[in-house]
Amino acid sequence: MSEHEKKNPILNKRSSRRTFMKNSGLTVGGLVLGGAIGSLVIGKQENTTKAVDGKTHTVVDYSDTRQFFVRQKDFDALSAATEIIYPEDEHGPGAIALGAPYFIDKQLASPWGSNADDYRKGPFQKGDTPLNKSEILLQGVRKLNEVAEKEHDGTVFKDLTQEQQIAILTTFEAGKVEMELVSSAAFFGLLRTLTLQGCFSDPLYGGNKNMAGWKMKEFPGAQMSYTAYLDKDEFVSIEPISLGGHTKH
Amino acid sequence: MVTKLPKVDVVTTGMGWTGGIIAAELTKAGYKVVGLERGVERTIEDYLHGHDELKYNIHKELMQKLTKDTITFRNTLDEEAKPVRDENALVVGTGTGGGGAHWGGQTYRYFPYDFEIRSKTIEKYGESKIPEGVTIQDWGLTYDEIEPYYSKFEQMAGISGEVDPLAGPRSIDYPTPPLKKLTQMKMFHEAAEKLGYHPFVVPTANVSEAYTNPDGETLNACQYCAFCGNYGCEYGAKADPIVTVIPTAKKTGNFELRTNSLVTRVLYDGKKATGVLYKDTRTGEEFEQPADVVVLTSYIFNNVRLLLLSGIGKQYNPKTGEGVIGKNYTDHHTITGAIGYFEEKKFNSYIGTGSLGSAYNDFNADNFDHSNFDFIHGGQIEMHLMGNEPIANNLVPMGTPMWGKEFKKNSLHYFYRNLMVVSQRAILPHKNHYLDLDPTYKDDNGDPLIRVTFDYTEHDHKRNEFLVEKCAEVVKEMGADIIDTIPMSEHFGGRFTFQHDAGGVIMGDNPDNSAVNNYLQMWDVDNLFVCGASAFPHFGPTNPTPTVGALTYRASEGIIQFLKNGGGQLNTAK
Repeated sequence: MSEHEKKNPILNKRSSRRTFMKNSGLTVGGLVLGGAIGSLVIGKQENTTKAVDGKTHTVVDYSDTRQFFVRQKDFDALSAATEIIYPEDEHGPGAIALGAPYFIDKQLASPWGSNADDYRKGPFQKGDTPLNKSEILLQGVRKLNEVAEKEHDGTVFKDLTQEQQIAILTTFEAGKVEMELVSSAAFFGLLRTLTLQGCFSDPLYGGNKNMAGWKMKEFPGAQMSYTAYLDKDEFVSIEPISLGGHTKH
Repeated sequence: MVTKLPKVDVVTTGMGWTGGIIAAELTKAGYKVVGLERGVERTIEDYLHGHDELKYNIHKELMQKLTKDTITFRNTLDEEAKPVRDENALVVGTGTGGGGAHWGGQTYRYFPYDFEIRSKTIEKYGESKIPEGVTIQDWGLTYDEIEPYYSKFEQMAGISGEVDPLAGPRSIDYPTPPLKKLTQMKMFHEAAEKLGYHPFVVPTANVSEAYTNPDGETLNACQYCAFCGNYGCEYGAKADPIVTVIPTAKKTGNFELRTNSLVTRVLYDGKKATGVLYKDTRTGEEFEQPADVVVLTSYIFNNVRLLLLSGIGKQYNPKTGEGVIGKNYTDHHTITGAIGYFEEKKFNSYIGTGSLGSAYNDFNADNFDHSNFDFIHGGQIEMHLMGNEPIANNLVPMGTPMWGKEFKKNSLHYFYRNLMVVSQRAILPHKNHYLDLDPTYKDDNGDPLIRVTFDYTEHDHKRNEFLVEKCAEVVKEMGADIIDTIPMSEHFGGRFTFQHDAGGVIMGDNPDNSAVNNYLQMWDVDNLFVCGASAFPHFGPTNPTPTVGALTYRASEGIIQFLKNGGGQLNTAK
């Protein structure tokens, strides 16, 4: 960011907004659109592929749609925060391009998001939150916007500069932001964990789009056997495969 | 209303390794066994779609859900215990196979020193060497006495291994050859040998080649696919009760498996166990299963809990030292060591098995002179190649931020450029560490949960500091550019993440210091046997399963003898 941009809050906003759109990876008809808005207004991204019969088929991915987050503003804050935690850079895609925000949305909508496998009986002692994971995340992303708007003249979290976003997340991580029935450190820890899961879990969960997280890490995915490589002293790079790839081949 | 069922010879409470071994041995001898299992029945077909890190390694698909019950935990006697709420923080197997479905398969034996730890320590160093409050005791059997049963377990499970020159003597070699040495292991062996130590390839239940065991069950060759510990093996290449002892029991025609059956009480008439009370977990319907012999084959927490809920034995009291049930609880969950980062190397670390690796025992048990150290026992120095999974493995050198640009850069760069050498070490019991029933928290039936009281002692910290330095030493010798040591936290934090707990129904040579004899038969109740690591008077340095398996084979012999004798104690108290 240039000195000029740093001094000009409008340029700042525009710049980060564009970065966000670019990172969201959705382009339709030459226009760059924010992921969810684009979906609502124009429809889902279409990919055309040629099948073995030589005919062209249109495949539409309808899965990048929110199940849990009902307010766009909440999801935008979540997305921007995941991108700060795992940003796009010269090594490869960041959390947004990898689909981590939608992964998180699906996880929170699943039984896991309401702690279905955890012990939930009281009494809840000090330091023991009675909130479930979806409640923690929702309160947390709203708090991100609240803090952003308070500290930066009404600007929401996603429109802040990276430096400003990092500064806010750092205070959350340190447990310095007041939250209800949970510490901001616990919220941040959950957010970080979910972000990494969204970048590197099997694509079947909606993150790690096209196995791009695995490709960036050179992780071979759901392979069935490595016996051919046991005696290799040099690194062997193997094309990844997903569980979906097992059943479709 | 409780439905009373026809009496059987033997009933077990859980169908993991201990329930499976009891079922196999007793049914082969012609006795009728009913195996009660709270979970579902599994086959290896259930594991075909299983190469999913999020589902199995992170969300613990194979483990007991904590919805209905859990344990509570505190560090000291005057604290209020909190329940372990997070599914991720309490790993206990459920379903057929139990812990034997999700284990990694490391299969070391304990040392002759372990079984006679008190006598041997006093003999060599004098009684003052035993730290204050440390309640170690001899196990009531020697290494030589348990050795045939270790062999029996290894032959059944097809263990692949290389002989550890510093371990106790063996009557028979491992049934299958060791797993292959990867580059990292060759480096480890070379470095350890240069330092004058005695490395060996880790013995494992990830079987190196197709093998048919003495019961006629076949295990297949391991594919090194790395979806192993926390996963079930779709190849049937990891010894698991569902591919070994459970089919063996079924073949006899004398075994009946009942799943979705949660045992809630041992029925006890003041002299003997008359059977068990269990509940269909789907309908809530209750059944009484009478039996000549009741064998508790749950994980240690439920073994102890069933005794306490059923009013059997006397609860240990840390203030007076009276009572034995719940005594000598030990937790083995914190493993520490050193991480090496290598700029010029890039390893194929996606390859692995639950227990592929190398180790040495030069600083374990009493294999080194402790005269100049203010601790006893020790630990194994070991390196495991379990396969780096992309969610769980984002190691970065110390000082790197844990998120953002720098984190991403370093975690990608070092993903295949790191090695971890760790030490699993013995955990000795302390008079203040024990299990009892929680005064506040309950399960879905309204029964109190087990409460764990445990922390590290100063003595644990001393042993640990010594071993961490030894881990760093070999990482350095291997040529690491950056070495980070992983210190032990000051207090145990209550994460029970790989099913390594012991004690609570401990063995010994008389009823004053133990709950069971060396056949795992209760001193107080002749027809009640309690199998599992609940019998360990201390946690040996390494993984518990082979010792659990060996003791359970011995218990099965005892039960057969008991049934032949028509009752009675198998041991006389010393």
